[in-house]
Amino acid sequence: MGKLVEIRWHGRGGQGAKTAALLLADAAFNTGKYIQGFPEYGPERMGAPITAYNRISDDKIRIHSNIYEPDYVVVVDETLLTSIDVTSGLKESGAIIINTEKAPEDVKKHLKGYKGKVCTVDARKISEEALGKYFPNTPMLGAVVKVSKVMGEEEFLNDAKGSFAHKFATKPEVIEGNMKAIERAMQEVKGI
Amino acid sequence: MAIRERLSGNEAIAVAMKQINPDVVAAFPITPSTEIPQYFSQFVSNGAVETEFVAVESEHSAMSACIGAQAAGGRTMTATSANGLALMWEMLYIASASRLPVTMACVNRSLSGPLNIHNDHSDSMGARDSGWIQLYSENNQEAYDNFIQAVRIGEHSDVVLPVMVCQDGFITSHAVENLELLEDEKVKAFVGEYKPEHYLLNSKNPIAVGPLDLPNYFFEHRRQQAQAMINSKNVILEVAKEFEKLTGRKYELFEKYKLDDAEIAIVIINSTAGTAKTVIDELRDKGIKAGLLKIRVFRPFPAEEIAEALKHIKALAVMDKAEGFSAVGGPLFNDIKAALYGVADGIKVVNYIYGLGGRDVKADNIEFVYNELQNILKTGQLGETYRYVGVRE
Repeated sequence: MGKLVEIRWHGRGGQGAKTAALLLADAAFNTGKYIQGFPEYGPERMGAPITAYNRISDDKIRIHSNIYEPDYVVVVDETLLTSIDVTSGLKESGAIIINTEKAPEDVKKHLKGYKGKVCTVDARKISEEALGKYFPNTPMLGAVVKVSKVMGEEEFLNDAKGSFAHKFATKPEVIEGNMKAIERAMQEVKGI
Repeated sequence: MAIRERLSGNEAIAVAMKQINPDVVAAFPITPSTEIPQYFSQFVSNGAVETEFVAVESEHSAMSACIGAQAAGGRTMTATSANGLALMWEMLYIASASRLPVTMACVNRSLSGPLNIHNDHSDSMGARDSGWIQLYSENNQEAYDNFIQAVRIGEHSDVVLPVMVCQDGFITSHAVENLELLEDEKVKAFVGEYKPEHYLLNSKNPIAVGPLDLPNYFFEHRRQQAQAMINSKNVILEVAKEFEKLTGRKYELFEKYKLDDAEIAIVIINSTAGTAKTVIDELRDKGIKAGLLKIRVFRPFPAEEIAEALKHIKALAVMDKAEGFSAVGGPLFNDIKAALYGVADGIKVVNYIYGLGGRDVKADNIEFVYNELQNILKTGQLGETYRYVGVRE
């Protein structure tokens, strides 16, 4: 049986964590995998903490529950580190990827002694420089692919370009910026 | 060649609707089924279908519009959830009694109150006596496949009844998963053209629909309606066989998973069946003979076939994702026990109410149930049969 990779996303409403989970599912699907991408729905408000999930596998996925022991956790908003137990159940063989300007060793104190890999990426800076606006989800998507290796980098970049061309058919000017944001996040993510 | 796709459960239903290209879709939005008419109305405005889309002001009106359109001679569909289904209640019975094979996507959600938008089966379980055929779906693939088959089942001349195709709100309706789609022309050929025997717009043979039915005929009409439900079991199997030829995907009245040599088993509906299969695989690795019976067809209830499939089981848990308030167990439990009575009396049967109002059902919850069944097996003690799993008490 092929390896099942489980990813949990923590973000705030409006930051695009759900969209990022669906984009990751799409990209993995396009490389031939079985996938699930689903958000945990609550009272949806801008700024409220939200959770989204991915399962990626070589085999058919039958389980239908939330993810309690993820291989990877992505934190799209670092203010969640002090309010949400982001490392809950996170496997030590995996990693947590946090959007922050800080270095991995500087955020560890918030991670309740998590012994696995801690990676950070400054998605705000990347997004603002590449897109001119703060959309942290695309750089985080690049970072999670880089850290988790759920698919080949080239394969992923080609696919992302295609997805953006489709998603932003009416605003092609943002495609290049989003691609740049992903590529930079893949280069700049720290702690691998 | 099947089309490899990834869609949410709601998208899968909307795509099936598009491929079927019905004459009329009438719907009113309600979470979590809203996306179905939302996606479908895009297909309408893009010209991908020739359907008349009726944006009504309530679910009562949605079902009324479906009844009117189907009676006129059109193939008609709708989608709803929870309180939307409840608001259709009066008209559900009129659709089935008027023998109008409307197809409905029911995206299961807890029926208020307290107000909750998440999944359980209290909406469609309440409609189990409304004369609609009910098909349930573990995942997006099954929701898509069931919806296409539903049209053929409902419209079959031995049946002529409405069909509701249920799936779990959010859990599958909003989860993107892999599935295989059929090509448009294959779906079109499979469902064929709708040719009702009697319909209002047939000027050569005028009829009345829904007139007063007094004691001299009402009972006979009810009897015919009941017979149609009895007949539907064979039709469901025939349509499934034809669908299997087309797709390679096998459907029956229920699915057995590692059941034939099992000692302990659960009976379950919809998405948690998938979670249970992963638990069964782990238990089997430890030498525990665990199995599963997943209900696909709940109405008509395949009592004889279920009793036959379960008769060798020693301890059985029936899982209800709806509280029946009968004070003795949920609706599926009652039907399963009645099916076993006098046929397979030796089985120790318990009921678990689970997952109400969107309480996430973890693999651990299912494992707990199998452990309890093993305890029953070990001690021979049945104990309380009306149980809960995953609730704080």
